[in-house]
Amino acid sequence: MRRENLLTVVAASLFALFVLLALFGPWLVPYDPLSTSAGASLSPPDAAHWFGTDALGRDILSRVIVATRLDFGIAVAAVAVSFVIGATLGCLAGFHGGWHDRIISRLADTIMAFPLFVLAMGVVAAMGNTVANIVIATALINLPFYIRVARAEVNVRREAGYVEAARLSGASDARILVTHLFPNILPPMMVQISLNMGWAILNAAGLSFIGLGVRPPAAEWGIMVADGAQLIVSGEWWVAFFPGLALMLAVFSFNLLGDGLRDLIDPRRRT
Amino acid sequence: MNAQRLLAARAGVAFVLRRLAAALPNLLGVVIVTFLLTRALPGDPAAYFAGPAASREAIEEVRHALGLDRGLATQFGLYLRDLAQGDLGNSISTGRPVATELVERLPASLELTLVALVLATLIAVPLGVLAATRPGSMVDHLCRVIATAGVSLPTFFTGLLLAYVFYFLLGWAPPPTGRLDPAFSPPQAVTGFYLIDALLDADAELLAAVAGQIALPAITLALFVIAPISRMTRASMLGVLSSDFVRTARAVGLSRARVLYVYALRNALLPVVTTLGMVFSFLLGSSILVEKVFAWPGVGSYALEALVASDYAPVQGFVLVLAALYVLLNLVIDLAYGVVDPRARFEA
Amino acid sequence: MNAAQSPSIAGQARPAGAVSAHQTPDPAKPARVPLLDVRDLHLQFQTRTGVARVLDGVSLHVDRGETLGIVGESGSGKSVLFLALLGILEANARVTAGSASFGGFDLLGSSEAERSSVRGRELAMVFQNPRAALNPIRRVGHQIEDVLLRHTATPRHALQARAIDALRRVQIADPEARYHAYPFELSGGQCQRVMIAMALACEPALLIADEPTTGLDVTTQAAIMALIARIARESGMATILVTHDLGLAGAHCDRIAVMHAGHLVETAPAAELFARPRHPYTARLLASTPYGARSIESLVSVPGQLPDLTRTDLSPCRFSERCDRVLPACAGALVTRDMGEGHHVACHNPC
Repeated sequence: MRRENLLTVVAASLFALFVLLALFGPWLVPYDPLSTSAGASLSPPDAAHWFGTDALGRDILSRVIVATRLDFGIAVAAVAVSFVIGATLGCLAGFHGGWHDRIISRLADTIMAFPLFVLAMGVVAAMGNTVANIVIATALINLPFYIRVARAEVNVRREAGYVEAARLSGASDARILVTHLFPNILPPMMVQISLNMGWAILNAAGLSFIGLGVRPPAAEWGIMVADGAQLIVSGEWWVAFFPGLALMLAVFSFNLLGDGLRDLIDPRRRT
Repeated sequence: MNAQRLLAARAGVAFVLRRLAAALPNLLGVVIVTFLLTRALPGDPAAYFAGPAASREAIEEVRHALGLDRGLATQFGLYLRDLAQGDLGNSISTGRPVATELVERLPASLELTLVALVLATLIAVPLGVLAATRPGSMVDHLCRVIATAGVSLPTFFTGLLLAYVFYFLLGWAPPPTGRLDPAFSPPQAVTGFYLIDALLDADAELLAAVAGQIALPAITLALFVIAPISRMTRASMLGVLSSDFVRTARAVGLSRARVLYVYALRNALLPVVTTLGMVFSFLLGSSILVEKVFAWPGVGSYALEALVASDYAPVQGFVLVLAALYVLLNLVIDLAYGVVDPRARFEA
Repeated sequence: MNAAQSPSIAGQARPAGAVSAHQTPDPAKPARVPLLDVRDLHLQFQTRTGVARVLDGVSLHVDRGETLGIVGESGSGKSVLFLALLGILEANARVTAGSASFGGFDLLGSSEAERSSVRGRELAMVFQNPRAALNPIRRVGHQIEDVLLRHTATPRHALQARAIDALRRVQIADPEARYHAYPFELSGGQCQRVMIAMALACEPALLIADEPTTGLDVTTQAAIMALIARIARESGMATILVTHDLGLAGAHCDRIAVMHAGHLVETAPAAELFARPRHPYTARLLASTPYGARSIESLVSVPGQLPDLTRTDLSPCRFSERCDRVLPACAGALVTRDMGEGHHVACHNPC
């Protein structure tokens, strides 16, 4: 028990650190993340540049810090979009059943019929290479999970006593959904969000790693790892290492917190 | 006894048909979505496919040839007709049919994915079993940490780290550049899987070279899916170990090994088999990233090269082929489940 | 541990191969020494809320060929008692004191390897809910063969025939076909017959039947009980029937032991117990039980519930809080009195 608490504390501290960096990063960095310096290119980590510099002489520490906002922003936006659309569709499917349910479940099944990262890649490739489309693609592949959770939770509650009571007192379906059912499905949806957030960051960073979405010279972890990829074989490890580490720690802290939240809200699902 | 066999056979056939029927809507969904994606190309697809130097007439001609001037339903019909003929369009950069190029590169990707899956299973299942038989122990905690850490690893990052440590620092692994060192010529293509073909050629040196080359990318991919498999094994094994039939097996005095492996593990693996679908989704997605890191000449790096060159037909073909492959893999998993769980075959 | 080294002799308990022969009872004079002799057994469960003293000084014995009924509410410890004797309880259970001898074999002190060679061969157990108690993805014939392989020297080519024989012995219709069946293809009653066939495959000296008919319909219940009784009679096997159904125990058992909250409160020959119950708990149970009919669970006449066994302030007599015959002496140490005629009762103020 105590070991797990310790892990959760570590995860929470990491998470808080990343949130601070996302909010105040641009004011905390020692260097301009975009300013190049031909003289200081590819210098290994030292006192001046803790994380070293990249091929264009940009300070990697500054770029890693500044990138936090973009990476978190994409993930939060994507998860928010999937949450809103997924909760709405899932509620409709679970509440009305019938053809609503069939169409919405079929939609979720169709998305799940793809290897999800491949679908995201196809969507960005087809819709255009922009950050907005990265958000849309990441939201799309997260959507089925939210639809399914919301649908299942509403489905088991739609015959509940308090729903029947509201119905008898003349409340409309929409009112019942919003005031009686939605608050009840929030806890499992929150668990889903916390479990998905890390995955959303990974997907977004993966997409920019393969050259989709974020364009250079913007600082973003995935693209920074991609920048350093070719340098690994010649020994300049720091260019890819620090952004990769930041990405890994961010996802790790999300996943640990997600596990903790899940244990808290729904101990039965613990595995 | 014969009647029973006959009944079982009939149930088996019905089961296969039922599974096939269940896979069809998914396949159709995949085709529709990829069709819609081809229509969502940035800009004017006709202008795009006609090439940058095309005249207005040439563009119109392409538009007509692609059926883009007709209704969406007609276009979909044409799309289906092309698919039925195995026509996924041509790559602009190479000028060759996308279908041919994908077929050439598919074995490389499949070999990588399957080796990773086997590797991950060999590590994850024993780990999950150990954790479940000793709940609360060090192994259990280790399993939990590995599970959480594993899903947190960006595969492209772990791939680079492994390449740095095992190629640059230690020199144990060959350079992360493709399927085979240029000093070797590839084995005679029988299966397209270099490992198997090298075995068939009975060429030990070649086999070693091939294995050395696939080791790092396969480990990278495996690391990512050890987490879900070991987690599922642990949870399911815990459930089975406290079940009534394991108590029966112990009550009749069966040895610990037999109780654990014949009675508990076989039952515990059933839910693990069903999660293989999700595992394949992860594997196929991450393989794109790993192929890029290790310059692996599979369909993923093919699609990425095309993507960089704004050559869209290969990307669309890639998405379709991988999605179809995924539907097929899920079908195979369903059928395999029916083989290992007799109850599934008889479900109405 | 190899079963081939210790060939089976029906009706006689033998220790595992590792146990030296002098512990084996002399078959020439089987009387006097009970087949199963449990003395002062204490058992604890480590639970989240504390230590539950689930068995507290339980002593009982079973003679060869005898049928003993163990009756109690769910939670009284009656199933735990036998799972402990077989050595198949979960890791959080611990025997803290007591001894259990089975035909001279030390059930509690022996190694797991020794015990597992006795389980299923000399000491067998069948459970309630037979459908869940069988491996769902293994043909029932193969599950019987697993037992034969473990404990007997049956050659492989003869396994199937012996498994089918075992099925025939429990009167399963068309045993050749049922051999290939999976549990989900059989009815609950058929599954219980398979369980019994597995338990009896090695001709054990003692069969523990834990609620063997719970969940089965009434006619199947009667058939299963008749089957167990017939096989026990034919082979001289002793039987322990664990049940919450006093009527069932009365109809099938020579002696009955009543359990309450981890204590064995009263033991007597069945007729004696029904005629002259001495423990207030038994008396209350019987007062509202028309002979051979209802089960304890449906009774309302015994007020209160089983006490929480994790409590540290439990009275020595765990029934005293539900009892209307409490005396000041009841706060003193609990003793079991011999009332004669094989009738024992753990009460300061017997009826």
